[in-house]
Amino acid sequence: MKKVTEVVMPQLAESLVSATIDKWLKQPGDVIEMYEPICEILTDKVNAELPATIQGKLIRILVGPGETVPVGTPICLVEADEVEAGTPGISPAAGSSSAPKAPASSVGSHERAAVRAQGAAAASGGDGNDSMRYRYSPAVQQLAAEHNVNLSAIEGTGLGGRITRKDVLAFVESGRASRPANGNGNTSGGALQGNKSGGEVRSSGLHLSETPRIPSVDVEKQVPGRSEYFIDVTPVRNAIARNMRQSVTEIPHAWMMMEVDVTNLVALRNKLKDDFKKREGVNLTYLAFWVKAVVNAIKDFPIMNSVWAVDKIIVKRDIHIGLAVGTEDAVKVPVIKNADQKNIAGLAREIEDLARKTRDGKLTLSDMEGGTFTVNNTGSFGSILSYPIINYPQAAIVTCESIVKRPVVIDDMIAIRSMANICLSLDHRILDGVICGRFLQRVKENLESFNLDTKLY
Amino acid sequence: MPKMDYIDAIRLAMKEEMERDDDVFVLGEDVGHKGGVFTTTKGLIGQFGEERVLDTPLSESAIVGAAIGAAMYGMKPIAEMQYSDFMFPATNQIISEAAKIRYRSNNDWTCPLVIRAPIGGGIFGGLYHSQCPESVFFGTPGLKIVAPYTAYDAKGLLKAAVRDPDPVIYFENKKCYKLVSGDVPDGDYVVPIGESNVLREGDDITVISYSLPLHFAMEAAEELEEEGISAHVLDLRTLQPLDQEGILAAARRTGKVLIIHEDNKFGGIGAEVSAIIAEEMLYELDAPIMRLCGPDVPAMPINPPGEKFFMLNKDKVKEAMKKLALY
Repeated sequence: MKKVTEVVMPQLAESLVSATIDKWLKQPGDVIEMYEPICEILTDKVNAELPATIQGKLIRILVGPGETVPVGTPICLVEADEVEAGTPGISPAAGSSSAPKAPASSVGSHERAAVRAQGAAAASGGDGNDSMRYRYSPAVQQLAAEHNVNLSAIEGTGLGGRITRKDVLAFVESGRASRPANGNGNTSGGALQGNKSGGEVRSSGLHLSETPRIPSVDVEKQVPGRSEYFIDVTPVRNAIARNMRQSVTEIPHAWMMMEVDVTNLVALRNKLKDDFKKREGVNLTYLAFWVKAVVNAIKDFPIMNSVWAVDKIIVKRDIHIGLAVGTEDAVKVPVIKNADQKNIAGLAREIEDLARKTRDGKLTLSDMEGGTFTVNNTGSFGSILSYPIINYPQAAIVTCESIVKRPVVIDDMIAIRSMANICLSLDHRILDGVICGRFLQRVKENLESFNLDTKLY
Repeated sequence: MPKMDYIDAIRLAMKEEMERDDDVFVLGEDVGHKGGVFTTTKGLIGQFGEERVLDTPLSESAIVGAAIGAAMYGMKPIAEMQYSDFMFPATNQIISEAAKIRYRSNNDWTCPLVIRAPIGGGIFGGLYHSQCPESVFFGTPGLKIVAPYTAYDAKGLLKAAVRDPDPVIYFENKKCYKLVSGDVPDGDYVVPIGESNVLREGDDITVISYSLPLHFAMEAAEELEEEGISAHVLDLRTLQPLDQEGILAAARRTGKVLIIHEDNKFGGIGAEVSAIIAEEMLYELDAPIMRLCGPDVPAMPINPPGEKFFMLNKDKVKEAMKKLALY
């Protein structure tokens, strides 16, 4: 027996309330294997491929490319062979508390109600064509809302099992409306609730001060005249804009900068980098040393690793370093977890890993979660001084500026040294100049104490 | 109440209006001694004389132009276009002059003109005798357009058109002339311009149409009733201005709307009707709005199979109605 199942937009992260279909990798008529990617999804945070949760044939796409829908919205219909009677293909693994397991014999509105209430899937009735069973016309939805009717409980007499306006009217007239259907006390109006499920997902909080704007302008759309043109705001650009604005409006930023003599570090790296590349297969970057120096300084000044929580300051014991990585059109901040437990070689390897994933657009949400402090390698594009915006809600951010050779005075003599600036933006609610001065001083000491004897492992 | 053919109702309306008001006169090609190619004006010249029933040269632009001048001067001309297909040489007079006189003169001048034009095919008329030009004039503010289906409305709407202070295009359907007949009261009555009419009550589907296709819709509705499908049928009667309230009330009745006309689908009356419904009552729709119209091809073919393919008929209408009912 064939069975049509809805595939719904999954909740990719706790804070996500909606996502945009980027493109479909499968088309109606294609056969889908379990876990095979069926489409690509864009969210604020990450681009991801959606693996199939069911094996079967894709029969209809419900949400087209570029459309943004709330989590839980059905995005396509898949027709699958029912494995055996009594084992619904999409056996409700979750949410079974609200869905009494119907015996196989009673496949019908009862089971439909239960399945539908989870917003998980659609079950097919006997006649084999239920393609329109859950396509509700505006009139039907309006009547159902008006009379508090659970549409799952109505048999559709229209084309493809569609519930018609008259079906609802007849149902209301029969006096069965406004009562929980099939004893499922909490599924009254289940279908409507299903449609609104996006509203029940958390939509406010530290990271979500507003819902993402749906892009409405075509990329580089031509407008009359040639003096200007429009560029679409992608979900990622939108997220960056929101986070940046939130950070600068909520956090009173203060800034300081110190000069570091990294001549010894340059010598050390030059000595080791070829060997390291040969042995490890990854580049030994200055950034690895920089992160090491910052992490060690945070160890000495734990308050740098904290979050302002209005009535208290939350100090984080784990040190997860966010690494700002720029791409052509965006900046992402993948996170090195437990950076304090890694040596320089391990940091170098992880930095290269995350940078590559960022450039390839392969970052997963878990790669980007949990940062407690951010390092931005602004020197990589030649900057010698910058004023970074704190990665909300962290307490501070550090930049590593370009290493340049400059004449400096040492013991009243002029020497040519490799110099670099280190800049710090701080949340002045948490941190003050003294502590930050000490912290930066410690970073500086750590960097300057790298020498030819420093061990990478 | 006497039963009368559609064409006789039209003739009776002109006769009564000419008796009632000396300013009313008719003009057109062969409307006098021949009595019109369809006999619509038969007998009028005998009763009213050739000063009030004018045979004109074969120049539609001149017919309408002269009528506009007379109308502005205070007369009430009824200008006949022999076929609506021949109306296009007069289009400039109708759209650029008649429709705009009141507006252009800031109400100093009016143009109480009626232009009668037979529309529609199915009479083995081919390219030049079968067209439905409603959409050409439909989008012109300043014109009123009526298109009666019943004999009763044919008389009442023509009388209303004659008495209207502004230009009215009266699209009579040539296939209806002898096909449609009905009760027509003897006395004087008018059917107000701008009001639609429910021909049949029902609650499964709403059919909105005008002119000849209503004939098919009513027949199909009869047959569908036996199959348990009840159709609500609305006759628009006036195309400009459209009776928005009437349209919405009829559409609300069932939430499923089928719009039918013989004029081709693209840019036709149905497009405007469906837009009104979509704008005003999206949330009460139970099915996508459907249209059944003439095909978007240049003209009615003259070969019989081609004409049959082109024309609407009861079976095509019934099939569409059933499809919507089952949706």
